[in-house]
Amino acid sequence: MKHLIDIMQLTTEEIDEMIDTANDIIANPDQYAEKCKRKKLATLFFEPSTRTRLSFEAAMYELGGNVLGFSEAQSSSAAKGESVSDTIRTVGAYADIIAMRHPKEGAPMVACRRSTVPIINAGDGGHNHPTQTLTDLLTIKREKGHFDGLTIGFCGDLKFGRTVHSLMAAMSRYDNVKFIFISPDELRLPEYLKEDILDPKNIEYVETTDLEDAMPQLDILYMTRVQRERFFNEQDYIRLKDSYILTPDKLADAKDSLSILHPLPRVNEISTAVDDDPRAKYFEQVRNGKFIRMALILKLLEVK
Amino acid sequence: MIIGKIEDGIVLDHIKAGRGMELYRILGLDNLDCQVALIKNADSGKMRRKDIIKIDRIIDIDLDAIGYVDPGITVNIIKGGELAKRTHIDLPEEITNVIHCKNPRCITTTEQELPHVFKLTDREKRVYRCIYCESKAK
Repeated sequence: MKHLIDIMQLTTEEIDEMIDTANDIIANPDQYAEKCKRKKLATLFFEPSTRTRLSFEAAMYELGGNVLGFSEAQSSSAAKGESVSDTIRTVGAYADIIAMRHPKEGAPMVACRRSTVPIINAGDGGHNHPTQTLTDLLTIKREKGHFDGLTIGFCGDLKFGRTVHSLMAAMSRYDNVKFIFISPDELRLPEYLKEDILDPKNIEYVETTDLEDAMPQLDILYMTRVQRERFFNEQDYIRLKDSYILTPDKLADAKDSLSILHPLPRVNEISTAVDDDPRAKYFEQVRNGKFIRMALILKLLEVK
Repeated sequence: MIIGKIEDGIVLDHIKAGRGMELYRILGLDNLDCQVALIKNADSGKMRRKDIIKIDRIIDIDLDAIGYVDPGITVNIIKGGELAKRTHIDLPEEITNVIHCKNPRCITTTEQELPHVFKLTDREKRVYRCIYCESKAK
């Protein structure tokens, strides 16, 4: 049985296959409307994440399936002290597939060791969030038509931003990709990621604190939010949260073909004035998230 | 200094000088009721100085734990006063419950009875990572 815990478990061929399925779903939604009839998805959200949960639920409903689950740990048996392993074994008796989000890193790995049904990691603390990366990849493929040769700027919180880490790792498998990392010094990309992912593959990258300076080179600008929940110290969060705010004037020297992505939710790091710019693709990205999750559910349930 | 010969037991030899105490602790040798000798900074031809541990009983010993602490160690099993078996230790691919994950956000901090498992991810740099949260062992 297959699970999805980390994006790097998937080969580039498997990702291509899911992107093809997602594109086919977008083109022919009616053909998929009953693919998961009588199947049940359990969404086990041990920490709240309304948008990810709704995306999974919408995906399953659009495949003709049903959904059960909980949206926060307080309304689950975890509040009574039940272990993740026991919860998963119990839910596996009711559902055909499980999407779980948990504040502790590695919780989905624990879950899949005991599960009798496929597990999808819907986010584990600051660690992995593979369906967000699949969403990002689908969006890039739909906007650019290819992955090779792109220059991708990551901006904001590159230290704690798991979506950045996962997308960078996934994109590092394609040819002639260049990364520009734009962040305050305190939120730079961790050294271990450079040592483990970028250096062995000799991938070109630049680190800078200047967004406007990097802008003309970018094919993709991936903005991120500085997340309050990743800081132990409130003072550090307040000091860094407004480091980069994307406004229309900062896009003056950007390519016409630039695509602006953001995993959302945003706070204020992208001005709403940018939303009407044709290069803003973050709401397309949200829509794509549902379609790639549909493709993933089909793959893990082995529905043809 | 003279430490007596053992009849039936284990000699952990070629421990890097200064690492003997860590090994003593990780192997839980303080829980044994037989004689155990930890010799620090013994003279060594090859190593100049080394630590040695002598255990006056044949016990089940966690070779992975030894390999994690110092893969150059030699384990000598002594029976009837003679060397019965000599094992040269290599870095283990995986270690279980030898060390604990220090990441406060790791699932091992809350999930009951979950074994602490680390995998060797970079042999050259001797990097072990928690199999759950992937944090480096420190």
